[in-house]
Amino acid sequence: MSDRVIEFREALREAMSQEMRRDEKVFLLGEEVAQYDGAYKVSRGMLEEFGPRRIIDTPISESGFAGMAIGAAMMGLRPIVEFMSWSFSLVAADPILNNAPKMLYMSGGQFGCPIVFRGNDGAGGQLGSTHSWCVEGMFSNVPGLKMAIPAFPDDAKGLLASAIRDDDPVFFLESERLLAMKGHVPEGDHYVPFGKALVRKPGTDVTIISFGRPVHFCLEAAEELEKEGISCEVIDGRTIRPLDLDTIVASVKKTNSCVVVDQSWSFGSPGSEVAAQVHAACFDDLDNHVMRVHSADVPTPYASNLEQEYLPNARRIAEAVRSALYVA
Amino acid sequence: MSAVTDTARASSGGRRPLADRTSATPDQLGHWLRQMLLIREFEVRTMQAYQDKKIGGFCHIYIGQEAVAVGCTAAVRPEDPIVTAYRDHGHALARGMAPKYCMAEMFGRIGGCAKGKGGSMHMFDKPNNLFGGHGIVGAQTPLGTGLGFATKYIDEVIEGGSNRHVTLCFLGDGALNQGAFYEAMNLAGLFDIPVIFVVENNGYSMGTSIDRGTTMANRIIAKGEGCGIAGHELEGMDVIDVYEGMKAIADGCRAESRPAMVDIRTYRFKGHSMSDPRKYRTREEEEHWETDDPITRLRDAMIEGGMIDEDGFKALNREIKGEVRESIKWAEASPEPDLSELYTDVYVERFGPYLGTSMPQIVTDAEENR
Repeated sequence: MSDRVIEFREALREAMSQEMRRDEKVFLLGEEVAQYDGAYKVSRGMLEEFGPRRIIDTPISESGFAGMAIGAAMMGLRPIVEFMSWSFSLVAADPILNNAPKMLYMSGGQFGCPIVFRGNDGAGGQLGSTHSWCVEGMFSNVPGLKMAIPAFPDDAKGLLASAIRDDDPVFFLESERLLAMKGHVPEGDHYVPFGKALVRKPGTDVTIISFGRPVHFCLEAAEELEKEGISCEVIDGRTIRPLDLDTIVASVKKTNSCVVVDQSWSFGSPGSEVAAQVHAACFDDLDNHVMRVHSADVPTPYASNLEQEYLPNARRIAEAVRSALYVA
Repeated sequence: MSAVTDTARASSGGRRPLADRTSATPDQLGHWLRQMLLIREFEVRTMQAYQDKKIGGFCHIYIGQEAVAVGCTAAVRPEDPIVTAYRDHGHALARGMAPKYCMAEMFGRIGGCAKGKGGSMHMFDKPNNLFGGHGIVGAQTPLGTGLGFATKYIDEVIEGGSNRHVTLCFLGDGALNQGAFYEAMNLAGLFDIPVIFVVENNGYSMGTSIDRGTTMANRIIAKGEGCGIAGHELEGMDVIDVYEGMKAIADGCRAESRPAMVDIRTYRFKGHSMSDPRKYRTREEEEHWETDDPITRLRDAMIEGGMIDEDGFKALNREIKGEVRESIKWAEASPEPDLSELYTDVYVERFGPYLGTSMPQIVTDAEENR
């Protein structure tokens, strides 16, 4: 592991900068990415290095600039589109859902769409309901797109570098709550392949699977449960499409119990999809049905205590694990 | 109002001798006549095939608007990108797509331009730089801005030269009221993108006349002016007017790397789609426009100019009928897509149930012929 420790946001920046140095077809556009240095400082300093032709400030016009970037990708360029928040991508639903993931299919293989949409996803900053979307619930439903959701700085760099090099549209979900997190990140080229989950903590009694920021809630819960003598295996999915079912199934066949933790709403979500697939693949191995922990099925509240309860927090995860293991 | 518009207005009707109206050669004029006849015949046979249930889904007929696609396409270079909406058969044929690929696409056959996966509203032709055929009203307009952004980026940033391209982005007057169109124009104006928003103004968005759905309906180029985009108005029933007007506009956009908006007045002789009884407009109005047929106009002008005679025109017509008949035979003989095609072209690479990509015949044929 690299000795160097940098922030999550720096890891994202490093992936973009390295790929932009490597390939002139790569450029970054979005609101405040250039002169402002990025609303969350992810792109700090990139304007100085690459200039305004490749680090492009756009007006607040998501439908327009997302669609424009898709047109550019059809011509063979490789745009990185920053949504200040994925919540704002909803006004660009037609281009990002109806154009980008379908272009290759509708053109019979003629026009692909090598594009990355990235930005903050998820609740936790008391932003209220409109700014707290976890879009993985809705958007992972669509075939033709890939979806990556890093939980640690090294994956932030490795997954984003892979996303930029990918020939298909990638929805890259970051968490504003993690941007200041520090971790060991390799210098130089670092690519994390899509579709490879990682066992973050080995264990024997129960498999906990999660994506993105809630992986940290799972690790917190696992630490608590360890004190009660419950050994949890925590899997970081890293990408939702493709989904690494093999790693999940191998773990569940070992532990015979499974809890899925997903920050999107429960109805038609990555969590429900993983649960369905685990039930199908591990029917005879499971000692209990798969338990799911999601954000509460309500609009995201503002009040701090309500928002903390709304999230799939460590307490709710621990309760689900005890329930899965029939521990009162 | 621009000089281009004044010229077009003055010349509309084609009363002046051909040589005074255009620099186009007799060969070019003959090619445009041929293309318009091809689109007309193709669409007539498309309607029949639709009624015979050989074509499914939504199907929008281009009859009446032929001069627009043909004149605009002739005004740009083959390497300039074109993107359009769902009434797209005319643009595909004008851009050079062989009618057999277009017909087979509508028949849902593997020989279709998109292997039968797109249908009538989604015609794509990479060898001819046609970037779709897009089914959602106005959705193609940000894409058009993006195509223009990309050619400019390639010309100026990657190759370090000056802008060499211009993109044609077609839309109907119905798309004027979509938010995406304003965002596309604002970005094009802001970033000096060489894209021309060509409004094929046929007066109706489905069954809603333009004055019932659009403010400034008598002067829609005001909407482009609001984004700092030069506006032009052209008459769309005469291919020479369209070509001459568009040529000047396209050359200007290319040289200055600037966008433009063009309001081209035209009329669809048929309904919005195949299921439209056209109760929202009068028979008198339709007859008025039908007397202004773009094919008749060019034919008469060419006869008057001694470039073709009645017999020559009939022979050309017979030849085109034969060509379209052949395209139907070819489409009918083309097999349905293999069921494995359900899982190709979803992702570029192969994984899980997804089989990667394979190119349609329109691309492999073009590579062989290169």
